[in-house]
Amino acid sequence: MYQFSYTIKDPVGIHARPAGLLSKEGKKYKSAITVEKNGTEVNVLKLMALMKLGVKCGETVNVKIEGEDEAVAGPAMEAFFNANL
Amino acid sequence: MITIQGKGVSTGIGMGPLYFYRRASAEIKLRVIEDVEAEWQRFKDAQATAIEQLGELAEKAREEAGDDAAFLFETHQMMAEDMDYEESIEGIIKEEKLNAEIAVSRTSDQFAEMFATMDDSYMQARAADVKDVSSRIIAILCGAQQGGIASDVPVLLAADDLAPSETIQLDKSKILGFVTSYGSGSSHTAILARTMGIPAIVGMGDSLKMEYEGRQVIVDGSTGAVVIDPDEETRARMIAKREEQLAFQKMLETLKGQENVTKDGKKIRVYCNIGSPEDVHAVLTNDGDGIGLFRSEFLYLNSKTYPTEDEQFEAYKAVLSDMDGREVIIRTCDIGADKQIDYFELPKEENPAMGMRALRISLSRMDFFRTQLRALYRASAYGKLGIMFPMVTSVWEVREAKKLCESVKAELRAEGVPYSEHVEIGIMIETPAAAVMSDRLAREVDFFSCGTNDLTQYTLACDRQNNDLGRFYDPHHPAVLRLIKMVVDNAHKNGIWVGICGELGADLDLTETFLAIGVDELSVSPRAVLPLRNAIRNTDMSEKTEKILDALMDDHTHLV
Repeated sequence: MYQFSYTIKDPVGIHARPAGLLSKEGKKYKSAITVEKNGTEVNVLKLMALMKLGVKCGETVNVKIEGEDEAVAGPAMEAFFNANL
Repeated sequence: MITIQGKGVSTGIGMGPLYFYRRASAEIKLRVIEDVEAEWQRFKDAQATAIEQLGELAEKAREEAGDDAAFLFETHQMMAEDMDYEESIEGIIKEEKLNAEIAVSRTSDQFAEMFATMDDSYMQARAADVKDVSSRIIAILCGAQQGGIASDVPVLLAADDLAPSETIQLDKSKILGFVTSYGSGSSHTAILARTMGIPAIVGMGDSLKMEYEGRQVIVDGSTGAVVIDPDEETRARMIAKREEQLAFQKMLETLKGQENVTKDGKKIRVYCNIGSPEDVHAVLTNDGDGIGLFRSEFLYLNSKTYPTEDEQFEAYKAVLSDMDGREVIIRTCDIGADKQIDYFELPKEENPAMGMRALRISLSRMDFFRTQLRALYRASAYGKLGIMFPMVTSVWEVREAKKLCESVKAELRAEGVPYSEHVEIGIMIETPAAAVMSDRLAREVDFFSCGTNDLTQYTLACDRQNNDLGRFYDPHHPAVLRLIKMVVDNAHKNGIWVGICGELGADLDLTETFLAIGVDELSVSPRAVLPLRNAIRNTDMSEKTEKILDALMDDHTHLV
């Protein structure tokens, strides 16, 4: 399992657009990718649940990547968060 | 004849029959299903069709309004195939054995409710997206047509308000104007109307009644008036007004290629303010003489991290090349105050308008400033460039910035990179300090440009973001105009030119004042160029100049 925590820098937080991008990105990998905030864990493929998390700028989330391609998907997702969120 | 009043958000006069936008509000009947697999498949087919339609809408939106507009529909696509959403629908069909329409409708309500109860107004508004997607799927299931305009003749389209997915798929050739019960100047309908150049009136409330459908209506986007069954006199008056507007537009067209010169031969340059390279098109179609203010902030605002020298160079070069030898004045990064960017990591300030902003940041972060200046000088080889520094208060700031310019030029020379030796250096005059010191500052630079929005704010001690200040925030205040006159006099004594790039530049009530003061250039939004040229060409300053200057030094109320 690959895991990292990330503090959201995007001023709007994980709103519709960034959530959509995140879902799209998550589809590229076979691993299960989840975002956890305050004990609630959501699969990134579930767009509406991800939006429902209501992650705002400055909040920290834990991201887990687990599956056969996690060695590739993990760093890729970390780079994705850094670049887009 | 009935006259009802709304808020005009897009000007123009439209006449024609009123037509109410039809939504596919098919009545949903509850049915118990025997063959649940077939019903599930019926949903999957409708979902696939919806996703396909949304893809087409995204493409259409991309062509008409760009990537951001397209993304809305791509989000809708993702919502339509969201796993939780699908699971809920599947449960209702397969376990409760109910029809797909009911399953989608119930799921839609449940998800919309979920967003509506979030503590964030943006997320609450997403409830409308879930409903928009769901009603599309239901319409497909019912075989209903999505809201077209079933009329052979063009109509004035009435609605409560229109969703983006609705406005984008309308047959634009059939619409003479919009009238809506709700909405605002920034709603999708208003934006679309302004792009199409047709009238729009919003916020009609209950006064817009279904019974008006099919009746002859005249709408006036400049006043917000909607007249149902107009009498002959009103009709004649509105036709005359429309013709007048069209004639004025046509007359403005004839001014393209003409000089900005008064009847008594006084000339002034009319330049444009732009915020991104795409705006150059509007400058050229409106015949701007040059660009008096190119705000470089877009490069920083549209980026997740500091834009590189090459990225900046490409953007500046594009504008300079497109302007084909006409002057382009680029203002160095003006962030801080009301424009905050995360990656700059500026400390929180009690009073950001008077804090770390604009040139103050540039001079405190020389590396970042050097990158921008290198990009600017590299681009200078491709046209006629002017560089302008914002938020100056002291002579030393200008000297420090100029010193860095010299060092950048020396670097480029050493690297053998081409740049122009004729780049003009100027400063914004937007603080009272800069205006008062303009006699000294004029010896340091090639031009001044008065940023009247900030100059007014700082001179009158009136926060420009505070809408409650009303009459206290008066950009026509003689203190502001006298400062501008002082700046112009000091500039001319030192042989440099002065422009105005704030909102006052386009204020036709002040055009004669600026001509009297001797301002050399007015930089305005591209659409304001031709009306301003018209005002300049229609005035004769030979007898007015003295009167205006006397009034300016005498009393505000006497100002012509």
